[in-house]
Amino acid sequence: MRKRSLIPIIYIVFLMLPIYWLVAMSFKTTNEILGGFSLFPQDFTLENYAKIFTDSTWYSGYINSLIYVVTNTILSVAVALPAAYAFSRYRFLGDKHLFFWLLTNRMAPAAVFALPFLQLYSAVGLFDTHIAVALAHTLFNVPLAVWILEGFMSGVPKELDETAYVDGYSFPRFFVRIFIPTIAAGIGVACFFCFMFSWVEMLLAKTLTSVDAKPIVATMTRTASTSGYELGLLAAAGTLTIIPGAFVIYFVRNYIAKGFALGRV
Amino acid sequence: MYKQVNQKAWLLVLPVVVLVAFNAIIPLMTVVNYSVQETFGDNVFFWAGVDWFQQILNSPRFHDALLRQLLFSAIILAIEVPLGLIIALAMPRKGIGVSICLILMALPLLIPWNVVGAMWNIFALPEIGLLGKGLNNLGFDYNYTRQPVTAWFTTVLMDVWHWTSLVVLLCYAGLVSIPDDYYRAAKIDGASAWAVFRYIQLPKLKRVLTIAVLLRFMDSFMIYTEVKVLTGGGPGNATTFLSIDLDKMALGQFDLGPAAAMSLIYFLIILLLSWLFYTLMMRNEAQ
Amino acid sequence: MARITIDRLRHSYVSQPGKPEDWALKEMSLEWEDGGAYALLGPSGCGKTTLLNLISGLLRPTEGRILFDERDVSSVSPEERNIAQVFQFPVIYDTMTVYDNLAFPLRNRGVAPSEIDRRVREIGEMLDLGGSLTNRASGLTADGKQKISLGRGLVRSDVNVIMFDEPLTVIDPHLKWVLRSKLKELHHRVRRTMIYVTHDQTEALTFADKVVVMNNGEVVQVGTPIELFERPAHTFVGHFIGSPGMNVLPVALENGGISFMGSRIDAIEAARVDAAGGGRLELGVRPEFVSFAGTGGLPVEIGKVTDAGRFRIVEARHQDHLIRVLVPEGQEVPTGSAALGFEPTHTHLYRDGWLVA
Repeated sequence: MRKRSLIPIIYIVFLMLPIYWLVAMSFKTTNEILGGFSLFPQDFTLENYAKIFTDSTWYSGYINSLIYVVTNTILSVAVALPAAYAFSRYRFLGDKHLFFWLLTNRMAPAAVFALPFLQLYSAVGLFDTHIAVALAHTLFNVPLAVWILEGFMSGVPKELDETAYVDGYSFPRFFVRIFIPTIAAGIGVACFFCFMFSWVEMLLAKTLTSVDAKPIVATMTRTASTSGYELGLLAAAGTLTIIPGAFVIYFVRNYIAKGFALGRV
Repeated sequence: MYKQVNQKAWLLVLPVVVLVAFNAIIPLMTVVNYSVQETFGDNVFFWAGVDWFQQILNSPRFHDALLRQLLFSAIILAIEVPLGLIIALAMPRKGIGVSICLILMALPLLIPWNVVGAMWNIFALPEIGLLGKGLNNLGFDYNYTRQPVTAWFTTVLMDVWHWTSLVVLLCYAGLVSIPDDYYRAAKIDGASAWAVFRYIQLPKLKRVLTIAVLLRFMDSFMIYTEVKVLTGGGPGNATTFLSIDLDKMALGQFDLGPAAAMSLIYFLIILLLSWLFYTLMMRNEAQ
Repeated sequence: MARITIDRLRHSYVSQPGKPEDWALKEMSLEWEDGGAYALLGPSGCGKTTLLNLISGLLRPTEGRILFDERDVSSVSPEERNIAQVFQFPVIYDTMTVYDNLAFPLRNRGVAPSEIDRRVREIGEMLDLGGSLTNRASGLTADGKQKISLGRGLVRSDVNVIMFDEPLTVIDPHLKWVLRSKLKELHHRVRRTMIYVTHDQTEALTFADKVVVMNNGEVVQVGTPIELFERPAHTFVGHFIGSPGMNVLPVALENGGISFMGSRIDAIEAARVDAAGGGRLELGVRPEFVSFAGTGGLPVEIGKVTDAGRFRIVEARHQDHLIRVLVPEGQEVPTGSAALGFEPTHTHLYRDGWLVA
């Protein structure tokens, strides 16, 4: 038993090393970083973080990212709910093809779509808005949410629906009052995945914005290229991008295992 | 579960179809449009037919990128799937250890991809990075910005770091869903640990393992941001995978026609291979 | 094959058991003969699965011993105890054929291939699986899968006891009785010790020669199906077995006789009761042994009458107390007021739940 638990421990240490290095670097001054190798910050500084929290080009990046990620999560799950219900309960013309077509969008490389997206969203006047990024990210998040929710809904017996209709519930009232609370765990898991993929994606987010809705990740790359190698500042910004993810994982930790098990292709 | 035929269900899927169609079909048409035309700048287009496709399919540059991409995906699958399975098997099943493992392991999955690239970039720098400095101190000649082999090593290691947890979580979810009675029956039948793995765990994990292979194949085949930030496709073209090559062509050289043709070929390859996995799995499930 | 002795066994899932509720299994001693068919019957949560897991070795008892013949196996691992178990949900090895499933326990024990082949074919035949030996086990129906689970126990010649944990839960209702009689028949053929855990009285009573009835972590009665029916040792057994269950009425010792709400009951002689005993006294009589009497019986009002095929169930009321009466087909049921008589040999007295007379 002892020997066995070594494997996850070694793996976790391996996972933590680069993160440690990022965090350690964020507390170093640029001089210390470029001056040589040190395991711990010798000249501990909070300057990098101070800069991020006081400079609006930096902190507005965080706010922009959170706005489009949350918008996308709500939008994706809201449209996926009725669709997943339809897939889990009914057969209809072209249902299997439609399901597969939705999943193929998960396979579309962002690099393929970046340029056409830029043109499309410029044409409809949404370029550099939060809604543009939120809409663009539905390309891969909506299929994912439909897939996850369909799995959860298929686990709910059909008798629940039938009983409610017999009791005189209309479809919308049944859906909101009874069905949604029943699959609350599934909705949580779907939200988690939508949040995750929208938060980590950066090619489309960067392409579709310039100033007003610029995400934090874009601020980072542009800083890297324009103001030289400010590694400490970059490391601090990177460290801060890990925090929302860590929060979200903490809240859904009990559902993670369950959520993965219910995925269905 | 028996499903009722109900064409009105289309109304329920309509919002999804509209939204995804807006995002998928219009851009796809744009790409198709570019792929069959020649442009000399400002909105002057000529019909080019299948020229771009022929050019791409015959170009050594595309062949090289495709080969690198296939090799990369193969290495990733060969490492991450078995490793993820082994880690999931060794994970605790109850107690505080479960939460700690799940939270820490899921962490890399929630880090923005360019941060992953940046993190590994500084982690692996030969002079000031923990990994780079460490390897050089151990006597390895390591410099991923100069040597193709170490660049590959670093890219693969980064992807293993970034995505193995996905396989772990999938396998773990599959493992905890195996009822205890199977393990009890195996104990009673006198099965060895290997027999338990071979005849109980592996068959029960077939579905999640297929999902893991599918997802890891698709995502490794589409890898872009992390590599772009880590190596920029270099040194030379050593780590120029399909997405990066496409990016160089479309945004670097503004060769929209060839880039669009390549996009479609690229997309079709993923679709074809994913469809193969999908049907294979469906056939397995039907058995 | 072995005789199983349970010697002052106690078990708790709590690390420091103190209160009586901490014990999932209260102290018990039982003796199971070699080759017998036993059932453990009780409602869910009564501790029967705990007892099963203690016997199979999946749990170590907190106190007491388990003996297979003379050997103390209390701390021996499941594989060394040589037991077999059929679980609630069928456990089969999906990727193997029916043949390989049956051969699996023998192969793991290094039995010679020719011997394996002989045993597997013999057991396959016995379980009516002879025709599907080469099929994939995952394609079988639930009852076929349960047969395989059982077969993996039967192929082994060294098995001390075969245990069944609610084995018919997932079987289609119309196949339940087929499998049940198959089990009974198999027991007659192989004469192995079998322990059948269930909450279903029909399953327990049809399968077992002796039934162990459990409630709240303790054994309330061990007996043949007839004993459980005719002389329930506890009011719980009276309730739990039989449909409808036994009538249980609060009674008191008054003027040298037994009286129920002021009416004297002659079916029990007060002389059989130790008046000094104290405690809560109850009378128990099964609806089968209640009949309509002329004058001098217990006056009741007749309520609902339910037709149950070969007999009718009559709900009679004496003041606030409901008394069920089983009336055979063809016999008249009075309406309005009537009087009831209890058959003396089948009317029992209970003190604090336990049988006294």
